[in-house]
Amino acid sequence: MREGDALLELTITPDRYVTVRYAGASGDFNPIHIDDEFARSVGLPGRILHGLWTMAQVARAVTESAGDPAALKRLEVQFRGMALPEHEITVTSTVKEVRADGTAVVVAHAEQNGKKIIRGARAEIEGGAGAEPAAS
Amino acid sequence: MSEAVGRTFPPVTYAVGREKIREYAVAVGETNPLHLDVGAARAAGFDDVVAPPMFAVVYAAPSIMPALFDPDIGIDFARMVHGGQAFAWGPLVVAGDEVTTECECTDVSERGGLAFFVFETRSDNQRGERVCTGTWTNIVRGA
Repeated sequence: MREGDALLELTITPDRYVTVRYAGASGDFNPIHIDDEFARSVGLPGRILHGLWTMAQVARAVTESAGDPAALKRLEVQFRGMALPEHEITVTSTVKEVRADGTAVVVAHAEQNGKKIIRGARAEIEGGAGAEPAAS
Repeated sequence: MSEAVGRTFPPVTYAVGREKIREYAVAVGETNPLHLDVGAARAAGFDDVVAPPMFAVVYAAPSIMPALFDPDIGIDFARMVHGGQAFAWGPLVVAGDEVTTECECTDVSERGGLAFFVFETRSDNQRGERVCTGTWTNIVRGA
């Protein structure tokens, strides 16, 4: 990976019930994620995705590009807006810097329907300098 | 400065199970066989299936959730949104590990009618290695 390289662009369309599976897997049963009626009662358009599920897509974009889950040493994100099931999400990542120790610093964002749902994501990939970016 | 700052919550130990890792991996769309296939994980030198890095959410949850609901911290859960999240990872976690997580409220601040509650989770495996440090920023509207 070199400065300016684009990483694998990850696209995923979360299916209708992904929030139910993620609630079970993560233990986060907040009803805004699993109950349409409840979500609408608090002013949402319907149940929304878990932010940490979307963050996991950013993590996956990085680990799949690096080819190794151990390479991801740090990831930080800001959650913005809300994301919905059944609408495609795109994660875009670019190498911003390669440090002397070989760590690649990647900036990324996730978009849905033309709006950023995660912005300012920053990842550190150990040994990133030696990895071939799996660019799309 | 809120009295909540500096408050720590009792450590909680989470036993990492093979099927829990697979359930989580499927839920987030992982396709790497290291997370799903014991044979593939062993062939790569691991004792069992490998947790995706974001599985930190699962083993840290029993520590962070009581903190979010603690009346002394005073978060109005109905008005809370998850504003930001950071993780720093050490060695990978595999099925069979026992991960102990301690949670601390590290900052409470207010700006623009929003209250920001920041928690840090520190997770160590059974060998005392720091597998993950998490920084959880929750925002409460209408403060």
